[in-house]
Amino acid sequence: MSALDPRLVRRARPVRRLLALDAALGVAAALLVLAQAALLARVAARGFAGVPLAELTLPLVLLVAASAGRALLSWGFEVVGRRAASDVLSQLRLDVVERRLRDRPAALDAVESADVATAAVAGVDALEATFARYLPQLALATVVPIAVIAFAAVIDPLTAGLMLLTLPLVPVFMWLVGRHTERRTRERWETLARLSTHFLDVVRGLPTLRAYNRGAVQAERIAAVSDDYRRATMGTLRVAFLSGTVLELAATMGIALVAVTVGVRLVEGGLGFEAGLTVLVLAPELYLPLRNLAAQYHASADGRAVSARLLDLLDEPPEVVPGSRRPPDVRAVPIRLEAVSFSYPGRLGTVLDRVHLELAPGETVALVGPSGSGKTTLASLLLHLAEPTSGRITVGGVDLAGCDAGAWRSQIAWVPQHPTLFRGTVADTIRLGDAAASDARVAEAAALAGAAEFVSELPGGYGTIVGDGGRQLSAGQVERLALARAFLRDAGLVILDEPTANLDRRSAGLVEEAIDRLRVGRTVLLVAHSPELTALADRVVTLTAGRLVEAVRVVAA
Amino acid sequence: MSASAARLVELARLPRSRIALSLLLGTLAVGFAVGLLATAGYLISRAAEQPPILSLTVAIVLVRFLGLARPIARYADRLASHDLALRGLGRIRAAVFERIEPLAPGQLDGYRRGDLLARMVDDVDALQGLYVRGLGPPVVALVVGAACVGVTAAVLPAAAGILALGLLVAGVAVPWLSAALCRTAGRRQAVARGALTADLVELLRGAPELVVYGQEEGALARVRELDRELSRSGRRDALVAGIGDALTILVTGLTTAAVLAVAVSASAKGTLDPVLVATLALLALASFEAVAPLAAAARELSATFASGSRVLALVDRSPAIEDPLSPLPAPPRDATVALNGVTAGYSGEPPVVRDLRLTLAPRRKIALVGPSGAGKTTVTRLLLRFLDPAAGTVTIAGRDLREYAQADVRRHFAIAGQEAYVFDSTIRENLRLARSEASDAQLRAVLRRAGLDDWVASLPDGLDTQVGEEGSHLSGGQRQRLTLARALLADAPVLVLDEPTAHLDPATARSVMDDVLDAADGRSVLLITHRAEGLERMDEIVALDAT
Repeated sequence: MSALDPRLVRRARPVRRLLALDAALGVAAALLVLAQAALLARVAARGFAGVPLAELTLPLVLLVAASAGRALLSWGFEVVGRRAASDVLSQLRLDVVERRLRDRPAALDAVESADVATAAVAGVDALEATFARYLPQLALATVVPIAVIAFAAVIDPLTAGLMLLTLPLVPVFMWLVGRHTERRTRERWETLARLSTHFLDVVRGLPTLRAYNRGAVQAERIAAVSDDYRRATMGTLRVAFLSGTVLELAATMGIALVAVTVGVRLVEGGLGFEAGLTVLVLAPELYLPLRNLAAQYHASADGRAVSARLLDLLDEPPEVVPGSRRPPDVRAVPIRLEAVSFSYPGRLGTVLDRVHLELAPGETVALVGPSGSGKTTLASLLLHLAEPTSGRITVGGVDLAGCDAGAWRSQIAWVPQHPTLFRGTVADTIRLGDAAASDARVAEAAALAGAAEFVSELPGGYGTIVGDGGRQLSAGQVERLALARAFLRDAGLVILDEPTANLDRRSAGLVEEAIDRLRVGRTVLLVAHSPELTALADRVVTLTAGRLVEAVRVVAA
Repeated sequence: MSASAARLVELARLPRSRIALSLLLGTLAVGFAVGLLATAGYLISRAAEQPPILSLTVAIVLVRFLGLARPIARYADRLASHDLALRGLGRIRAAVFERIEPLAPGQLDGYRRGDLLARMVDDVDALQGLYVRGLGPPVVALVVGAACVGVTAAVLPAAAGILALGLLVAGVAVPWLSAALCRTAGRRQAVARGALTADLVELLRGAPELVVYGQEEGALARVRELDRELSRSGRRDALVAGIGDALTILVTGLTTAAVLAVAVSASAKGTLDPVLVATLALLALASFEAVAPLAAAARELSATFASGSRVLALVDRSPAIEDPLSPLPAPPRDATVALNGVTAGYSGEPPVVRDLRLTLAPRRKIALVGPSGAGKTTVTRLLLRFLDPAAGTVTIAGRDLREYAQADVRRHFAIAGQEAYVFDSTIRENLRLARSEASDAQLRAVLRRAGLDDWVASLPDGLDTQVGEEGSHLSGGQRQRLTLARALLADAPVLVLDEPTAHLDPATARSVMDDVLDAADGRSVLLITHRAEGLERMDEIVALDAT
C-alpha cells in the first residue's frame, strides 16, 4: 500500500530532518516497548517467587520511567509531525499562489477559488494525519516487529519462531488492503460526498420545492436515498473490514499460541517463568503498530486527496510564457490580431477562430456578440493573461508573445466583467490602478468615474473598508470604483468588459458618461451589449461563435 | 451539553435495538481483548507452578476461544457501529429537512449569504459521528472498566482502588483536559486560518486584476505574512495536540506499575495467591484499551456538539406562516389576485414594499418594473405566501391569502425566471417537479412552447440530460426557458415571471420574452423586470420605486 504520492515525497524534502527525527523517535519507542515488557515480567516473576517489594524498587521505577518515555515519544511524534505537515503545506500553498500569479493568471471562478483556498489552508488537518500519524506509525510498524522478534529470539528462540510463523499473514493483509479498501472505499466516499451535495442542492432549492408543493415529498426521498446508500456501503465495508480482522486474528491467535505453548513448556520445566512472561507481554506488541498503521492509512486518505489537488495545480502547464522584449508604446502604434485562434486545452471547440482585428491608436472599438461568443477570451489575450493557440497579436509589428508581460500590462487599464474588491479601504481599491497615487489623484479619479458622490456619502468616506467582510456595495458602485482604478492608471489602452451589464438604467447612465470621459486620447476596447454603450464607439465589430463576422463603421456619437 | 445530545439522538430516531446491539458488540470486543491477556497471564503463572497439565485445560480452552472470538466480535462491532452511523446520517438529514421545510425561504434568509447553507449541511453531516464517538465508546469504557475493577476487587481490593482511579483519570480527566486545550487552540487556529483563507480566495479570484495592475508582489507579501502567522500559531498549538494520548500512555504505565507493586506486596504477605500477581498486572494493562479512544473521541465530540447546537438552533425555529384551522376551499382558476395597500419587509429592517396596490384580473398581463432593491422579489414572496404583509392584504377572489391552505395558494401560481431554482438533476426531473405524473409527451409539449424542444431533441441523452449544479451545464437562456417550461407544466392560472431576462444579451432576451408571452396565452401574467424587453406586450405597467 503505497500511501504517498511521489510528488509529495519530493516536496517533503525540506522537512526530511523532521522526518528523520520521527524515525529516530520510532526506534527509541521500539526499545522502550522491549524494556517495558522485560521489566513488567521481571517484577511479576520475582513477586511470584516471593521476593519482597522492597527489593524490586529499581525495576518498578524503571518500569514507570519506560512508560513516561513512551508518553513523551508519542507526544514528540505529534509535535514533530504537525510541524512537518504545516511546513509542507505552507510551502505548497505559497507555490500554488505564486504559480497562479506568474504562469496562469487567468481567473479561477468563485467556487474554484474557495475550493483551492480551503484545500490550501484547512488541508493541514488532512496532511497532519499523514505526517503526524501515518509516517510515525510506518516507522513503528517497521522497527517494532523486528525488534520484538529479535528480542524474543534472545529470550526464547522457540517463541520467536512461532512469531515468525504468523508473519506470512501480513502480506495477505497487505494484499487485502491494497486490493479492496483503496478503490472501493474511495468510490463509497465519493458517493457519500455526492449525497451530501444532493442534500445541499435540495436545501438550496427549497423555495422552489415549496412553490410547487413538493417539499414534504423530498424528506421521504432523502431518507430513501440515504438508506440505499447505507445498504450498498455496508456491502463494501463487510469486505473492507476483513483486512483489519485478518491482522487482528494474527495478533490474538499469536497471543493465544504463545500463551499455550509457553504454558505447556513451563509445566514440563523447559522454560523459566520470567522468560515466558516476557514473551507473552511482547506478543501483543508485535502486531499493534501494524494494526494502527492500517487505521492511520485510511485516516490519511483525505490528506492524499488534498495534496493531490494542490499538486495537480502545480503540474498544469503555464498559460503565459515569459518573454523579455520591451513592447512599443501603445499610444503611438496600432494593435493587430492576426488570424488569432484560441481553444481551452482539454475542451472541445474553438473559442476564437482566426480573428483579424486592428485597433488604431486613440480609437474606441465596441466588441459585441451573444454570450459565449469569445469576447472575454479576446480581452484576456490582449491582456496577455493567456496566449493564442495559433495566430499572433502584434503591437506596432512586435509579437506580443516575446514581450515582457509586466511591461505590456503596465500600459493597460482594465475593468473586468466582475471586478474584484480586495479587502481594504475605498482608496486602496482605487489605488490598485497606481499604488503611489496621492489622495488628491485618487479623489480626482473617483470624480471622473462618477464615484465621488456615493463615496462621500459612505460613513468612512475614502477610508471605508470594503470587500470581504467590509461594507456591501451595489454592482453599480463596484463598477464605478473599478472605473476609477482605470482612470488612475492613465494607460494608453483601456479594456472594458460589459461595464453596464447588470446595472439599472440610472447607474448605467453614470457609467456611460464616465467611459466617454475616459476614452479621450486612449485606445479603448469596449465589450458591450447595450446600444447606449456601443453608441460611444467609433466602430462596432461583432463576434459570433468565435468569428468576427462584420465590421461596421458608424458615425461617432 | 447532555440535554442537547439527547435531543440530537432523538432527532435521529435511531432504533433502540440497533443501539443495544452495537453497544453489546463493542463491549464484547473490548472485554474479550482484556480477558485474553488476563487469562493468558493466569495460564502461564499457573503453569509455572507445574501442576498436572490437565488442570490447565480450562484456561487453555478459554485463551484459544478468546483469541478467536475477539477479532470476530471486533469485526461485528465495526460493522454495527458504521451501520448505525449511516442510519443516523440519513435520518438526521430527513428530520432536519422536514423541520426547515416550512421555514423556507423567509426564515432561512440568513443562510443565503456566503457558504452558510453549505456549512449547515456540513453540520448535519458531522452529526453522524454522534453515536460512533459520543455514545458507544463511553458506554463500552464504563461497562468494561467496571467489570475489570470488579474482578480485581474480588481478589485484591487495594489494587481495585488503584485501577479505578487510573481508569477514571484516563477515561474522564484526560479526555476533558485534552478537549478543553484543543478547543482553545482550535479557536486561535480558526481565526488565523480564516484570515489566510479569505486572503487566498481574494487573491486567486482577483489574480488577473492583480497581474494586470502589476500589484502581485504586494498581495503575495500579505499572503506570506499571514502564512507565517498561521505557522507560528500552529507550532504553538501542536504542543497541546498530542497531550491527550501521551497522558493516557503515562497513566496506563503508572497504574500498571502500582497494581503490580500492590500485588507483589500482598503476595509476599500471603494475602494474595502468587499466581494472580501477573494476572492482575496484565488485566490492569489491558483494561486501558477501553478508555484509550476517549481522549480523541472527546476532542472530536466537542466539534460535533458545536455543529449539533447550530443545527438545533435552526430546527427549533417555529414557522412564521401556518395554515388556518379551517381553510377555505381552493380559489377558482379565474379569480382576481390583488395586493391591497401592502406594506411588507423583513424583521428588524425598514419595509421593502410600501402601500403597494395591484390588481391582476384573469388573463391580464401586468409588468412590475423598478430598479434593483425596490422589492420586486418580495412581491413574489407575498403572492406565494412565503411572507405575510405587515399591513394591507393579498387576496385571491377577494379573500385574504391567510384564509386558504398554503398548498392551494401556491397551486394558483407558477414561477419562472431568476428566482426559480434549477436542481442538479435531469431535465425530466426538473420539469416533473411541477407535475410528478406528467408523460414524456406532456414534457415535450411544454418544452416546445418554451422554445427548447429542438435543443433537447439534439441532446444525446434527451430528457435524461443532467443539467449540472444550479443548471451550470445550461446557457443563461436555456436555464430561463427550462424554468418557464416547468411553470407551464404546473398549469397554474397565474404565471409569475421573475426577471426572466436577467443576465441575457438583448437578442436572446427578446426571443425568450417573445416565447414566454406566447406560451403564457390564456393565463394571467405578472412580469417582474428591470429591463425593457416585452413591456410593449403588457396590458399595464406598475412602477416600484426604490425605498
